[in-house]
Amino acid sequence: MHKNINQLRLLIIIGIIAASVYILMQLPLTLGLDLQGGTRLVLEGKETEKVKVSEDAMAGVVAVIRNRIDALGVTEPTIQRKGKDQVIVELPGIKDPERAIKIIGDTALLEFIEAEWSPGDARTISAEKLKEFYGSDARIDYVKEVRGGRVESERPIILKKTVLTGAELKGAWPGLDQYGNPVVDIEFNSEGARIFSEITGRSVGKPIAILLDKKIISAPNVREPIPSGKAQISGNFSAEEVQDLVVKLKAGALPIPVKLLETRIVGPSLGKDSIDRSAVAGMVGFAIIIAFMILYYRLPGFLADIALAIYVPLTLAGLSLIHATLTLPGIAGFLLSIGMAVDANIIIFERLKEELRLGKTIKMSFDAAFQRAFAAILDSNITTVIAAATLFFVGTGTIRGFAVTLIVGIAASMFTALTLTRMMMNMLVDGKIVTRPDSKLLYK
Amino acid sequence: MISAALILLGIFALSFNSFVRGNPMNFGIDFTGGTLLNLRFEKPVSIAAVRSVLDKYKLGESVIQKSGDRVLLIRAVPIEGEQRADLMKDLNDKVGNSEVLEADIIGPTIGRELSTQALWALLIASIGIIIYVSFRFEFKYAVSALLALYHDAIITTGVIALLWRSVDVTFVAAILTIMGYSINDTIVIFDRIRENLKKPNYAKKKFAELVNISIWETIARSINTVLTVIVMVMCLLFLGGETLRNFALTLLVGFTIGTYSSIFIASPILVLWHNWESKR
Repeated sequence: MHKNINQLRLLIIIGIIAASVYILMQLPLTLGLDLQGGTRLVLEGKETEKVKVSEDAMAGVVAVIRNRIDALGVTEPTIQRKGKDQVIVELPGIKDPERAIKIIGDTALLEFIEAEWSPGDARTISAEKLKEFYGSDARIDYVKEVRGGRVESERPIILKKTVLTGAELKGAWPGLDQYGNPVVDIEFNSEGARIFSEITGRSVGKPIAILLDKKIISAPNVREPIPSGKAQISGNFSAEEVQDLVVKLKAGALPIPVKLLETRIVGPSLGKDSIDRSAVAGMVGFAIIIAFMILYYRLPGFLADIALAIYVPLTLAGLSLIHATLTLPGIAGFLLSIGMAVDANIIIFERLKEELRLGKTIKMSFDAAFQRAFAAILDSNITTVIAAATLFFVGTGTIRGFAVTLIVGIAASMFTALTLTRMMMNMLVDGKIVTRPDSKLLYK
Repeated sequence: MISAALILLGIFALSFNSFVRGNPMNFGIDFTGGTLLNLRFEKPVSIAAVRSVLDKYKLGESVIQKSGDRVLLIRAVPIEGEQRADLMKDLNDKVGNSEVLEADIIGPTIGRELSTQALWALLIASIGIIIYVSFRFEFKYAVSALLALYHDAIITTGVIALLWRSVDVTFVAAILTIMGYSINDTIVIFDRIRENLKKPNYAKKKFAELVNISIWETIARSINTVLTVIVMVMCLLFLGGETLRNFALTLLVGFTIGTYSSIFIASPILVLWHNWESKR
């Protein structure tokens, strides 16, 4: 009878180990940014005169950013809203963070403005005259010719009225102009094409200013009316700049400009370094603890070590099951929970010593020890969980990873100490390996 | 037991004095906002060369630290993303190629958010603990335990301030972990007190004596547990690498103090309260 129970117990233990390993192989752990390298951005919507921070605006921001990130080809990006006006973007493993930040953070508002070259010195025209001759939206700007980082020439231009924006675009592609310079080819949708045709019709010989995020990037003169709705934007772009602009135009402009509150870039080597070192630290610590348990608690200590050895894959499997992200503080939390897992066993074993000293039989002592220890273990672990849960709810990012790891670790440690260790201790009794309360296997 | 608590109060005061150093603590950019650049250069570099590049961007006042002769840590005021890109390019051109280990720019408002978050976390955790412990034991147990926790948090913070270690978001996590562990420890003692109170042959003893006995009975466990946890923390401290070092150190201080406080702070307070209650 006892033999059968022991076989069953052994089976259960092996089953748990196998399940854990299987889970880990199928669902490898998600690594946090601080471990695999990547970029984390916190963006905040900025109110302007025209647009307020609203639920719609922020939802629009998330949608646009998501489109832009898709074009970047990042695996498993995270885009999350935080509070009323913040967006958290995480890009694991991204190779060119600077470029990504520019692509994501720029408002990318494309405007086409009907314009005229200023006759003579623009600065002498007063504001009233401007509005009188050119319309109520008129203002003066300058088309700059920049070469090699220096402004070579500036030509004053009078901007009259915005006639089209990026919203009217049907598509944008990278292209080359007749000289082989990189340009952006665009095509308006039917409404936009109609307006474009009208505008170019009445602006022959005059310029149309093209602005990106309120800066003039190009002001070509209209040579003839353009009914096709197709055009080219050229402006001394590099091939890379053209690519980035196309991404931004296709995703659409951000409905509300954003400010970068936080930028964290972690290079991949730092993460790998951290993992390696933590692994070494963990193994050394583990080895010391195992040795200590055997030396001090003898056979039960050895059993606790076995439970501990099961605890490690069990906890990791638990973490990957709930898709928790493992961060560097998380690794520390995990290693910590190994120490705490031992604690539960220590409570039980100290209790066991007392019970044996009272002269009970082995079976009675074992049972009494586990029973009494249960209350202590439960209360003390739950209070630690309260602290960890608070961290989870109030914290973000890396701290959350830490809290989750700690909670899963504590849950697993309670299980291994109360269930597994107990099972193994019972195996000792039922297998008649330990028969007398004063057995040297139990304590000195 | 009680005199030990008084001695500790003295240490409190010492810690508070360290707050004279300008800032109460060496707050990292997580709290103050700023720019942090951690670069590993291909060849050994001089701080002077780096500073002259920084000067061009009006960042000449930044703190530059070396870790070995190829790894540099630059801490400056927050700069715009474009500036950072230009700065990196300049550094690469003028000083030498480098690999970005870490680059952080934190705006100033986020720092205040973090401080608020930390205080909230502290408050919520405290309330949660009071409720649970009151429910499983009694209100006076909960308060005694909580006071021991605050004692731990304050002393640990004081020690870290004294050592002028850089404080970032993981410090907050460490403090909460320490609180979690310390209460863990305290509860084990309280559990023993609770059990002993039920025993008929202890009914005649004075409360203080009962507490004493309970402490003695659990001391082996307290020491062994804190030893195993500290072994792990020390491994992290010595073998875990730069980024975890401050975290591990905070935990080391906190766990040691935590064990001490369960025995010498929480229990005496409990006794005092109990005696005060029975005199009323």
